[in-house]
Amino acid sequence: MNNSDLTVEKFANEQYKYGFVTDIETDKLPKGLNEDVIRLISEKKNEPAWMTEWRLKAYRHWLTMKEPHWSNVKYDPIDYQDIVYYAAPKKKPKLNNLDEADPELVKAFEKLGIPIEEQKRLAGVAVDAVFDSVSVATTFKEKLSELGIVFCSMSEALQHHPDLVKKYLGTVVPYTDNFFASLNSAVFSDGSFAYVPKGVRCPMELSTYFRINASETGQFERTLIVAEEGAYVSYLEGCTAPIRDTNQLHAAVVELVALDNAEIKYSTVQNWYPGDKDGKGGIYNFVTKRGACRGVNSKISWTQVETGSAITWKYPSCLLQGDNSVGEFYSVAMTNNMQQADTGTKMIHIGKNTRSTIISKGISAGRSNNSYRGQVRITRKADNARNYSQCDSLLIGDKCGAHTFPYLETNNPTAQVEHEATTSKIGADQIFYLNQRGISTEDAVRLIVNGYCKEVFKQLPMEFAVEATRLLSMSLEGSVG
Amino acid sequence: MLEIRNLHASIEAKEILRGIDLKVNVGEVHAIMGPNGSGKSTLANVLAGRPEYQVTAGEVIYEGKDLLAMAPEIRAREGVFLAFQYPVELPGVNNTTFLRAALNEAHKHRNQPEVSAGAFLAMLKKKIQLVEMPDTLLNRAVNEGFSGGEKKRNEILQMAVLEPRLAILDETDSGLDIDALRIVAGGVNKLRSKDNAIIVVTHYQRLLNYIVPDFVHVLYNGKIVKSGDKELALELEERGYDWAKDEEVAAR
Repeated sequence: MNNSDLTVEKFANEQYKYGFVTDIETDKLPKGLNEDVIRLISEKKNEPAWMTEWRLKAYRHWLTMKEPHWSNVKYDPIDYQDIVYYAAPKKKPKLNNLDEADPELVKAFEKLGIPIEEQKRLAGVAVDAVFDSVSVATTFKEKLSELGIVFCSMSEALQHHPDLVKKYLGTVVPYTDNFFASLNSAVFSDGSFAYVPKGVRCPMELSTYFRINASETGQFERTLIVAEEGAYVSYLEGCTAPIRDTNQLHAAVVELVALDNAEIKYSTVQNWYPGDKDGKGGIYNFVTKRGACRGVNSKISWTQVETGSAITWKYPSCLLQGDNSVGEFYSVAMTNNMQQADTGTKMIHIGKNTRSTIISKGISAGRSNNSYRGQVRITRKADNARNYSQCDSLLIGDKCGAHTFPYLETNNPTAQVEHEATTSKIGADQIFYLNQRGISTEDAVRLIVNGYCKEVFKQLPMEFAVEATRLLSMSLEGSVG
Repeated sequence: MLEIRNLHASIEAKEILRGIDLKVNVGEVHAIMGPNGSGKSTLANVLAGRPEYQVTAGEVIYEGKDLLAMAPEIRAREGVFLAFQYPVELPGVNNTTFLRAALNEAHKHRNQPEVSAGAFLAMLKKKIQLVEMPDTLLNRAVNEGFSGGEKKRNEILQMAVLEPRLAILDETDSGLDIDALRIVAGGVNKLRSKDNAIIVVTHYQRLLNYIVPDFVHVLYNGKIVKSGDKELALELEERGYDWAKDEEVAAR
């Protein structure tokens, strides 16, 4: 019996042993979660033993936890035994041309100004070899590896760079961190891994677009980005094209580690399916994102533009451990129809002379609810810490809500903390002023909203900023009567 | 160019305009004067299409078309411009971007090609000299943090860029010191031509020393009670609005 036969037999036995029926065509585990499911996930991914153990520890801890309900969002209880925790990346049906794609999707692409070849890729049209994202990705990968930069999927990283993963995984968001992070630690499917070695400035924006298998990120995504001493990296997550997924619950974890003098810039555009006008069928996006400024003079900057999901619950945060380290958070969170968002950041000042900036812009339309929740904590030893927070809310219409929950904890008398908050409405007088200059009401709202978001958009890489502007316009459609 | 017939308008069920008749020909400048609450600003806003006002009777024909049937943005693209008494601040909206968007809307409406960013900037550089405005204001957000005088100058700059057929200046002199008044009025005079018409709404005669009107109308209690030439403005200054009011009462 050769090796592969052994594996097959082992698999078959295990499936039998655990009473699983695996549908070979879709390679999907049945619904439900227990230790065996976790072992099987780990095994299917051919993970090292320590990884399996870590997942199990996370699972056991998760069992002791209760789903949190402190956020300002409402949803029906989630049945965690009614979820499929492993499905091999599905092959999308290949289409011959864009005419075969969902016309709604193509319409959205056109509005967003996504290039034709990119549209084809997103819609699953077979693309010429020259434009094939896989070949583009390969070229980029070669260029990166010359510099010693690792950029691959988490699964690949566990195969080829297990020591690096082991060294950093869970060091920023431990598996005990919170309910959803623990669940993610137990069952995460895949995600991105980026490692930039000492003194290297990553010459291009690392985008999930250039990562193979990026189109099927799965519902429990795990991302880890490490910048060694003096390294710099800018990472782009997401896509402005509307993303539909049959999985309702998404619980991702993102960990960033910046060592001495390193800088990580993390930009997100999130456009998960928000559900229909009544909020039915939308994605629950419960994410834990945290960066550790571990070294002196290190810097982590989060920029996010959130327009999708039925419910968004996330707080990209910074642990400012190194002296003189800097944390930044720039956010635009837009909700429309029945969407709910409870989002913000945490800035934990631990090192001396640490600085943080929070610029949050919430936009609520329709019957949506948008909350900013932010914590600034200055610990006892964080001498001369400084924080500036600005939280603005913009209301469109009179059936939506905007809420601000700032938490401030100062344990060091040398701290300087500033908080500003505003709530405004798009005034009828502003609309009329623009109308009187020949600008339609829809364009007027677009101009006003873009003006309002300017401080955040200018943090985004140029191309992303253009897409984000269009995305916002699209999300605003129909919000003005 | 503009003919207003028996125009009645109200806000929140309160009638403000009670039958206005006015004819404005191309190349003319008309001043509308009157005491506070007489309906001057209402008239200006009704012509521009401000949605808070309801027209309850009458009609307005502009260039042979039914003005009241047009949405505010269509009126603007057709060449009707209102210089606001209180220009609105648009935080984060770049002044230049805004101006170019406005001009291109008018161009699209008239099937003219859009103006490129480069050509627009060159044109703007010339136009700002009309209102003696520093170009730093072009890169700021529309009216945000502008002084009262800067806001009014920005209005006239917009007028210069959009080159309206019919410009309505609503109390453009209010809140201006004498130097700013001179600059703003100077800008308007340079834009005055035989191809356009201007309606100047003002409480005080002093603006009319700079922008000399062809006709002066006195609005009182929602009606035009007296019309004349520029001498009427001087007479009003001397005798006060009560005099015009008495004339109206006498005429009843």
